[in-house]
Amino acid sequence: MARIAGVDIPRDKKVGISLQHIYGIGPSLSRRVLSSSSVNPDIKVKDLSEEEISRIREVIDKEYKVEGELRKEVNLNIKRLIEIGSYRGIRSRRNLPVRGQRTRTNARTKRGLRKTVAGRGQRRGMTKK
Amino acid sequence: MSRSSRKGPYCDAKLLEKIKTLNRSGEKVVIKTWSRASTILPQMIGHTIGVHDGRRHVPIFITENMVGHKLGEFSMTRTFRGHVSKAQVTVQARKKR
Repeated sequence: MARIAGVDIPRDKKVGISLQHIYGIGPSLSRRVLSSSSVNPDIKVKDLSEEEISRIREVIDKEYKVEGELRKEVNLNIKRLIEIGSYRGIRSRRNLPVRGQRTRTNARTKRGLRKTVAGRGQRRGMTKK
Repeated sequence: MSRSSRKGPYCDAKLLEKIKTLNRSGEKVVIKTWSRASTILPQMIGHTIGVHDGRRHVPIFITENMVGHKLGEFSMTRTFRGHVSKAQVTVQARKKR
Protein backbone atom coordinates (compact mmCIF):
# COMPACT_ATOMS: atom_id res chain seq x y z
CA MET A 1 0.00 0.00 0.00
CA ALA A 2 2.52 2.54 1.14
CA ARG A 3 4.76 3.05 -1.82
CA ILE A 4 7.73 5.28 -1.09
CA ALA A 5 10.72 5.85 -3.34
CA GLY A 6 9.77 3.36 -6.01
CA VAL A 7 9.19 -0.22 -5.00
CA ASP A 8 9.29 -0.55 -1.26
CA ILE A 9 6.03 -1.45 0.46
CA PRO A 10 6.86 -2.05 4.13
CA ARG A 11 3.68 -2.36 6.23
CA ASP A 12 2.63 -3.56 9.67
CA LYS A 13 5.74 -1.97 11.15
CA LYS A 14 6.49 1.32 12.75
CA VAL A 15 7.43 3.93 10.17
CA GLY A 16 10.83 4.48 11.72
CA ILE A 17 11.71 0.85 11.14
CA SER A 18 9.86 0.33 7.94
CA LEU A 19 11.58 3.19 6.14
CA GLN A 20 14.83 1.32 6.65
CA HIS A 21 13.67 -1.24 4.14
CA ILE A 22 14.51 1.31 1.49
CA TYR A 23 18.05 0.91 0.16
CA GLY A 24 20.05 3.87 1.39
CA ILE A 25 17.99 4.63 4.48
CA GLY A 26 19.27 3.39 7.79
CA PRO A 27 18.40 4.20 11.38
CA SER A 28 19.72 7.74 11.42
CA LEU A 29 18.45 8.77 8.00
CA SER A 30 15.05 7.36 8.78
CA ARG A 31 14.93 9.42 11.95
CA ARG A 32 15.97 12.52 10.07
CA VAL A 33 13.41 12.04 7.33
CA LEU A 34 10.61 11.60 9.84
CA SER A 35 11.55 14.61 11.90
CA SER A 36 11.83 16.89 8.89
CA SER A 37 8.45 15.68 7.64
CA SER A 38 7.13 15.87 11.22
CA VAL A 39 5.76 12.33 11.42
CA ASN A 40 5.82 10.34 14.63
CA PRO A 41 8.21 7.40 14.01
CA ASP A 42 6.25 5.12 16.35
CA ILE A 43 3.09 4.99 14.26
CA LYS A 44 2.56 1.85 12.20
CA VAL A 45 2.68 2.37 8.46
CA LYS A 46 -0.88 1.16 7.96
CA ASP A 47 -2.11 3.82 10.37
CA LEU A 48 -0.46 6.67 8.50
CA SER A 49 -2.68 9.15 6.74
CA GLU A 50 -2.30 9.59 3.01
CA GLU A 51 -1.11 13.10 3.62
CA GLU A 52 1.67 11.99 5.98
CA ILE A 53 2.89 9.43 3.49
CA SER A 54 3.08 11.98 0.74
CA ARG A 55 5.04 14.26 3.07
CA ILE A 56 7.59 11.52 3.73
CA ARG A 57 7.75 10.75 0.04
CA GLU A 58 8.42 14.36 -0.75
CA VAL A 59 11.29 14.68 1.71
CA ILE A 60 12.98 11.53 0.44
CA ASP A 61 12.55 12.41 -3.22
CA LYS A 62 13.87 15.87 -2.72
CA GLU A 63 16.78 15.45 -0.39
CA TYR A 64 18.17 11.96 -0.47
CA LYS A 65 19.62 9.59 -2.99
CA VAL A 66 18.07 6.18 -2.54
CA GLU A 67 17.51 2.88 -4.34
CA GLY A 68 18.52 2.75 -8.00
CA GLU A 69 20.14 6.11 -8.09
CA LEU A 70 22.28 5.34 -5.07
CA ARG A 71 23.19 1.90 -6.36
CA LYS A 72 24.27 3.48 -9.60
CA GLU A 73 26.45 5.96 -7.79
CA VAL A 74 28.14 3.24 -5.76
CA ASN A 75 28.79 1.19 -8.87
CA LEU A 76 30.23 4.18 -10.66
CA ASN A 77 32.58 4.82 -7.78
CA ILE A 78 33.84 1.27 -7.90
CA LYS A 79 34.17 1.47 -11.67
CA ARG A 80 36.22 4.61 -11.32
CA LEU A 81 38.60 2.87 -8.94
CA ILE A 82 39.00 0.05 -11.42
CA GLU A 83 39.59 2.38 -14.33
CA ILE A 84 42.33 4.43 -12.73
CA GLY A 85 44.15 1.26 -11.78
CA SER A 86 44.27 1.90 -8.07
CA TYR A 87 44.89 -0.82 -5.53
CA ARG A 88 41.28 -0.81 -4.41
CA GLY A 89 40.15 -1.14 -8.01
CA ILE A 90 42.38 -4.11 -8.59
CA ARG A 91 41.12 -5.80 -5.44
CA SER A 92 37.54 -5.22 -6.57
CA ARG A 93 38.29 -6.67 -9.97
CA ARG A 94 39.89 -9.76 -8.47
CA ASN A 95 36.93 -10.15 -6.12
CA LEU A 96 39.10 -9.91 -3.05
CA PRO A 97 38.58 -7.80 0.08
CA VAL A 98 39.42 -4.17 -0.59
CA ARG A 99 40.16 -2.82 2.86
CA GLY A 100 43.22 -4.80 3.82
CA GLN A 101 41.58 -7.77 5.51
CA ARG A 102 43.41 -11.04 5.69
CA THR A 103 42.83 -13.58 2.97
CA ARG A 104 44.76 -16.52 4.36
CA THR A 105 41.55 -17.56 6.04
CA ASN A 106 38.08 -16.08 6.02
CA ALA A 107 37.15 -13.36 3.50
CA ARG A 108 34.40 -15.74 2.50
CA THR A 109 31.75 -13.09 1.88
CA LYS A 110 33.83 -11.55 -0.84
CA ARG A 111 35.41 -14.67 -2.26
CA GLY A 112 32.31 -16.81 -2.23
CA LEU A 113 32.12 -20.44 -1.38
CA ARG A 114 35.21 -22.43 -0.66
CA LYS A 115 37.17 -23.52 -3.71
CA THR A 116 39.79 -26.19 -3.26
CA VAL A 117 43.27 -24.90 -4.01
CA ALA A 118 46.01 -27.41 -4.66
CA GLY A 119 48.58 -27.75 -1.91
CA ARG A 120 46.38 -26.05 0.61
CA GLY A 121 46.14 -29.15 2.84
CA GLN A 122 47.25 -29.25 6.46
CA ARG A 123 48.90 -25.88 6.83
CA ARG A 124 48.68 -23.30 9.51
CA GLY A 125 45.55 -21.21 9.42
CA MET A 126 43.46 -24.02 8.09
CA THR A 127 44.38 -26.49 10.84
CA LYS A 128 42.98 -24.29 13.55
CA LYS A 129 39.27 -24.85 13.95
CA MET B 1 41.33 8.69 11.13
CA SER B 2 41.58 11.35 8.52
CA ARG B 3 43.94 14.24 8.40
CA SER B 4 42.92 17.63 9.71
CA SER B 5 41.59 19.77 6.90
CA ARG B 6 43.39 22.74 8.40
CA LYS B 7 46.68 21.24 7.28
CA GLY B 8 45.62 20.56 3.73
CA PRO B 9 46.59 17.45 1.79
CA TYR B 10 49.99 15.93 2.44
CA CYS B 11 52.47 15.97 -0.37
CA ASP B 12 56.22 15.56 -0.32
CA ALA B 13 57.74 19.06 -0.52
CA LYS B 14 60.55 18.08 -2.85
CA LEU B 15 58.19 16.33 -5.21
CA LEU B 16 55.98 19.39 -5.32
CA GLU B 17 58.97 21.58 -6.05
CA LYS B 18 59.91 19.40 -9.00
CA ILE B 19 56.37 19.51 -10.33
CA LYS B 20 56.35 23.25 -10.09
CA THR B 21 59.51 23.63 -12.12
CA LEU B 22 58.16 21.21 -14.70
CA ASN B 23 54.95 23.16 -14.94
CA ARG B 24 56.84 26.38 -15.45
CA SER B 25 58.96 24.97 -18.25
CA GLY B 26 57.79 22.37 -20.75
CA GLU B 27 56.85 19.08 -19.18
CA LYS B 28 57.52 15.41 -20.00
CA VAL B 29 60.07 14.02 -17.65
CA VAL B 30 59.42 11.04 -15.43
CA ILE B 31 59.87 12.22 -11.89
CA LYS B 32 61.12 9.47 -9.63
CA THR B 33 59.85 9.48 -6.09
CA TRP B 34 59.79 7.28 -3.04
CA SER B 35 56.99 9.23 -1.50
CA ARG B 36 54.08 6.85 -1.89
CA ALA B 37 52.16 8.60 0.84
CA SER B 38 51.87 11.84 -1.13
CA THR B 39 48.42 12.88 -2.22
CA ILE B 40 47.89 13.38 -5.92
CA LEU B 41 47.19 17.07 -6.43
CA PRO B 42 45.60 18.82 -9.40
CA GLN B 43 48.98 20.29 -10.39
CA MET B 44 50.25 16.80 -11.18
CA ILE B 45 47.68 16.05 -13.88
CA GLY B 46 49.38 15.10 -17.13
CA HIS B 47 52.73 14.27 -15.58
CA THR B 48 54.23 10.86 -15.35
CA ILE B 49 55.57 10.01 -11.93
CA GLY B 50 57.76 7.05 -11.16
CA VAL B 51 56.47 5.73 -7.86
CA HIS B 52 58.76 3.38 -6.00
CA ASP B 53 57.30 -0.04 -5.28
CA GLY B 54 60.27 -1.22 -3.22
CA ARG B 55 62.18 -2.46 -6.24
CA ARG B 56 61.76 -0.02 -9.09
CA HIS B 57 59.94 3.16 -9.98
CA VAL B 58 56.64 2.32 -11.62
CA PRO B 59 55.76 5.03 -14.12
CA ILE B 60 52.27 6.33 -13.50
CA PHE B 61 50.51 8.76 -15.75
CA ILE B 62 48.36 11.02 -13.62
CA THR B 63 44.84 11.62 -14.89
CA GLU B 64 42.17 13.87 -13.61
CA ASN B 65 40.17 11.38 -11.60
CA MET B 66 43.21 10.17 -9.70
CA VAL B 67 43.28 13.44 -7.77
CA GLY B 68 42.81 12.91 -4.07
CA HIS B 69 44.28 9.42 -4.04
CA LYS B 70 47.77 8.64 -2.82
CA LEU B 71 50.60 7.85 -5.19
CA GLY B 72 51.19 4.48 -3.58
CA GLU B 73 47.75 3.24 -4.53
CA PHE B 74 48.89 2.94 -8.10
CA SER B 75 52.16 1.09 -7.77
CA MET B 76 51.74 -2.41 -6.44
CA THR B 77 54.23 -3.68 -3.91
CA ARG B 78 53.38 -7.33 -4.25
CA THR B 79 53.67 -9.70 -7.15
CA PHE B 80 51.27 -12.59 -7.13
CA ARG B 81 51.93 -15.16 -9.79
CA GLY B 82 49.28 -17.63 -8.71
CA HIS B 83 49.50 -20.64 -6.51
CA VAL B 84 51.64 -23.64 -7.38
CA SER B 85 49.73 -26.72 -8.33
CA LYS B 86 50.21 -29.90 -6.32
CA ALA B 87 52.05 -31.61 -9.17
CA GLN B 88 54.67 -28.89 -9.28
CA VAL B 89 55.18 -29.01 -5.53
CA THR B 90 56.04 -32.70 -5.60
CA VAL B 91 58.40 -32.15 -8.52
CA GLN B 92 60.21 -29.43 -6.61
CA ALA B 93 60.45 -31.62 -3.53
CA ARG B 94 62.03 -34.38 -5.58
CA LYS B 95 64.56 -32.00 -7.12
CA LYS B 96 65.75 -30.96 -3.70
CA ARG B 97 66.71 -34.45 -2.82
